[in-house]
Amino acid sequence: MVHHSVPFLTLIVLIPAAGAGILGLLGLDRRLPREVPYAVALVASLATLGFAIAATVAMRVNDGGFQLVSNHDYTGTTLGVRWYLGVDGISIFLVLMTAILFPLAIILGRHRQNARVYLAWILLLEAAVMGSFVSLDLIVFFFMFELTLVPAYFIIAGWGHQRRAYAAIKFFLYTFLGSAFLLVGILALAFIHESQFGYLTFSLGDLMRTHLSSSTEILLFLAFTAAFAVKAPLFPLHTWSPDAYTEAPEEGSVLLAGVLAKIGTYGIIRFDLTLFPQATRTLAPLFLTLAVIGIIYGAIVACAQRDMKRLVAYSSLAQIGFIALGTIAISTQGLAGGVLLMVNHGLIVAALFILIGFLYQRRGTWQTGEMRGLQKAAPVLAGVFTVAMLASIGVPGLNGFVSEFLVLSGTFITHRWWAVVAVVGVIVAAVYLLWAYQQVFHGAPREADTKTHDLALLERCIMAPLIILIVFLGVYPKPVLDRINPSVQQLVAHVESSTGHAQPPVATKGVEGIK
Amino acid sequence: VIATLLATATTTTTTAASHASSDTIAVPPIRWLAILPPIIMIGGAVVLLGVASLVRRPLRIAVSTVSTVAISGAALGIAIWQWTDVQDHGAHTYIANAVVMDGFSVFVTMLVAIAMLLSALVADGYLRREGVEGAEFHVLAMVSASGAMLMAMANDLIIVFLGLEILSIALYVLTAFNYRRAASGEAALKYFILGGFSSAIFVYGIALTYGATGSTNLTQISDFLSRNLVLSNGLLLAGLALLIVGFAFKVAAVPFHMWTPDVYQGAPSPVTGFMAAVAKAGAFAAMLRVLFSSFGVVTTDWRPILYGLAVLSLVLGAFVALRQRDVKRMLAYSSINHAGFILLGVVAGTTRGASAALYYLFAYMLMTIGSFAVVTVLGRLGDGDHDLSRYRGLAGRQPVLALAFAVLLLAQAGMPFTTGLWAKLQVVFAVVVAGYVPLGVIAMVTAVVAGYFYLRVAVLMYAGGGLGEPEGGAGGSAELSADTTMVAGGLIRAAEPVGAPAAGGSGDVAGDGWTSATPGAVSGAVSTLNEQILLEDEADATEVAGEDESDKASPLGAEPVPVLTSVAIGICTGVTVLFGVWPQPLIDFANHATLLFLPH
Repeated sequence: MVHHSVPFLTLIVLIPAAGAGILGLLGLDRRLPREVPYAVALVASLATLGFAIAATVAMRVNDGGFQLVSNHDYTGTTLGVRWYLGVDGISIFLVLMTAILFPLAIILGRHRQNARVYLAWILLLEAAVMGSFVSLDLIVFFFMFELTLVPAYFIIAGWGHQRRAYAAIKFFLYTFLGSAFLLVGILALAFIHESQFGYLTFSLGDLMRTHLSSSTEILLFLAFTAAFAVKAPLFPLHTWSPDAYTEAPEEGSVLLAGVLAKIGTYGIIRFDLTLFPQATRTLAPLFLTLAVIGIIYGAIVACAQRDMKRLVAYSSLAQIGFIALGTIAISTQGLAGGVLLMVNHGLIVAALFILIGFLYQRRGTWQTGEMRGLQKAAPVLAGVFTVAMLASIGVPGLNGFVSEFLVLSGTFITHRWWAVVAVVGVIVAAVYLLWAYQQVFHGAPREADTKTHDLALLERCIMAPLIILIVFLGVYPKPVLDRINPSVQQLVAHVESSTGHAQPPVATKGVEGIK
Repeated sequence: VIATLLATATTTTTTAASHASSDTIAVPPIRWLAILPPIIMIGGAVVLLGVASLVRRPLRIAVSTVSTVAISGAALGIAIWQWTDVQDHGAHTYIANAVVMDGFSVFVTMLVAIAMLLSALVADGYLRREGVEGAEFHVLAMVSASGAMLMAMANDLIIVFLGLEILSIALYVLTAFNYRRAASGEAALKYFILGGFSSAIFVYGIALTYGATGSTNLTQISDFLSRNLVLSNGLLLAGLALLIVGFAFKVAAVPFHMWTPDVYQGAPSPVTGFMAAVAKAGAFAAMLRVLFSSFGVVTTDWRPILYGLAVLSLVLGAFVALRQRDVKRMLAYSSINHAGFILLGVVAGTTRGASAALYYLFAYMLMTIGSFAVVTVLGRLGDGDHDLSRYRGLAGRQPVLALAFAVLLLAQAGMPFTTGLWAKLQVVFAVVVAGYVPLGVIAMVTAVVAGYFYLRVAVLMYAGGGLGEPEGGAGGSAELSADTTMVAGGLIRAAEPVGAPAAGGSGDVAGDGWTSATPGAVSGAVSTLNEQILLEDEADATEVAGEDESDKASPLGAEPVPVLTSVAIGICTGVTVLFGVWPQPLIDFANHATLLFLPH
């Protein structure tokens, strides 16, 4: 662990929070020009992005441990909670992705009703998400994890579509119920640790050393995973997600599917694998099966959707299934692929939801049946959509392929048959996305379709970073994988030493290992 | 060392007392500092009452408010002095072991003094609005507060009873204070009759305990039980059970909660906030002390009872609150749920549990007084307008008030970085450490249910029209007329593009096959809840649409927020958030208070 002079991570959490606070206080001035809240929000989110980039640069490449650590007393010794933040190769790119997506969401949401409050909620959400990704103290993590709910809830309930109240309350109750188990799990784990080591702490590194009987470990694993599986969402706890993604405003969908969902899968990697490696291995067949069901089920249901937002929501379920597959299979490739897929899926799903939002602005609908032949009138829109869609399918040369390939090959090494079934999901993904694309962009345009105008300059600027990253990460993922791999290897080594069960040598040595 | 010293001191005083009792009644040495806060409260009340009856015209409200604030401030100051004294000289019992001055009693004394101060600020606006003059309200409240302080410092069951009665009798009268409302009188009568019963049961419990142990002094009961093994313990257990019934009634734990919804709803709103905070604090303080110090030896006997009380309170409080349309009734059931949470700390039976319960009481005091202050403001003249619909679109009319209320409600639900979640965290941790993991799980699940009804109010405030309005400050918001807000709300609704194919009816819950097809309790529960929400939303839509012209003279204007009330709400919200973000001082304070917990 390396201490750094600039508290990057604390700033990354506090800047958006401060921005939200300032936006809240601006409400006292009633004659405020509309541009001021927007400027404040944009500056805060861009400053966060700046610090996120700086943190990435400041990190050392070949170090798998936690870096840029800040560790301070928070509640005193009575409760033992510490303000303990740190990043490693697994979390830094999630931080970076979050920092990229939030300014885009803020630009997109600048014209909403009551924009000041809306942007304040978005910034608060950013602070909470960042906090979730960098907290290494379980209680601080839990607080951040819970805090994401409040702004997300108000964003859906306040600015959503037709059935927003229903979607918002469903989202809230599912996630809140999951985290109730998480809290009790955290407290029980800390208590067991205290009884063994004689001091109370919630720090990840200390709790890792707790000795757990296998039944206790499985119960704790289930308590933790309940929260993460709802948040991700994993089949069968996903039923809130199509509603929430569909009814949320477009920026809300981007953030929910692109960023918030990743907290769930991140939690599985960071906490389940680290704290309960034995239980993860024991229950792996169950969770792998659920992941595969999610992949197949999500893909099939997506085929039946005529509503583009729901389609992307279900395709998201399938993608989350892939992430879970790579994570729980516990092999170096699978885990690295899972981490990379989290970032890639965040970028792709954000691009898709933003594009659907653009279509909705033009046409007031996202039903595939009501649009036809848009590529004549809006060629750039169609082109950008094609890239995002192909990336989601997993076409080589775009980022989706790299991560899906790693996930499937990693899973194949340790849990062969699950990987074999999961491949079907890749094929079906091509079916539903191409169908949807065909219906909307191909064919003879009707009158309304020919009047649909193309992407404006600002809209192109919003899409540009996403498309560039999608292509770049597809062509040259090495810089990212170089930073992910040491951390992943360290985590896999930890799991192997705790379970006494090593992955096949082929996973680490390649073809050499087979001989 | 302190314990041994105390034990010797106790035996010497008792022998001295028994020698002296043969001829004259010996006056024990009095340590005035130990009993100064309740003396200030009750003395201040008497002086205020005297002045009020001597002056020719009814006393102006400002005078009563200022004197009450000054008196509670003085009590708070004395409590701080006590705190330093306890820090320097340790905890001791005084006045023939009848009262105790330790960190625990000082903490609760401070809590009660702060609650009194805040309630006086809230009551000021209420009394002005209702046109009540005179000092009766403040006098009664201060007497009641002194009772709660006495309960916290009692080291003798008789003193506990004394405190309980002083607390309760003043509260009975306060409940009936709004004599223009029949509900107020009805609530007072219910409270009085049931409270009278519970007091009688409590006294009977004292008598049986005395019969079983030969003393009413908490230290001596504890000594007796640790020195002797009571073989036929029927009398002792009966006494203990009756004491628990008496406490459970005061803290409104199920199944002794029947009075709570009616009384909370019927009592004037500032009184409800005061009652919820102070009666709970006093009763829980006495309960913790009696159970922990006197009956600490027989923990296995009382713990299952409290376990049951906690589960019932948690579950019933949360689920019944779901069905309430009246905000005061809803908060009453939520207070039952909170009582269940605080009981977790008692069930744990450890120092950690006691400290968690203290923290919870402090956090709850601020949240509940703040919430009822908002309810008071929105109750309007007559204090009878507490339907949920009253809160629809509040954010558009009074954004700052709505924000404060939302924060207070979310804090009660357990939002991160508020004292509410730290409080829940600590009590749940205490029971988990004590080995009752299932109880912790039950508590957190009920917290989720409770989260729903708190959010429902928050949704109504924010989602019900008015969102299009630019937000204004507290002062400016009053200028926003209801009509413009409503019209604007209607326009926004109309302008909202109709997107989904299910647009035909927002009640089309089953339109999404996946939702209804998925089995599972959560899904089922969610859909029923959803129907409710949707109905509300639909009603909301029609109401807003219809209101464009028909309700020009809409009564839903912005309620003026009296300055002192807004100060009180501001303090409650601010402290709730401040100690949520910066938790160390309050957690350490509560913990410190419990470490200096006598006798042990």
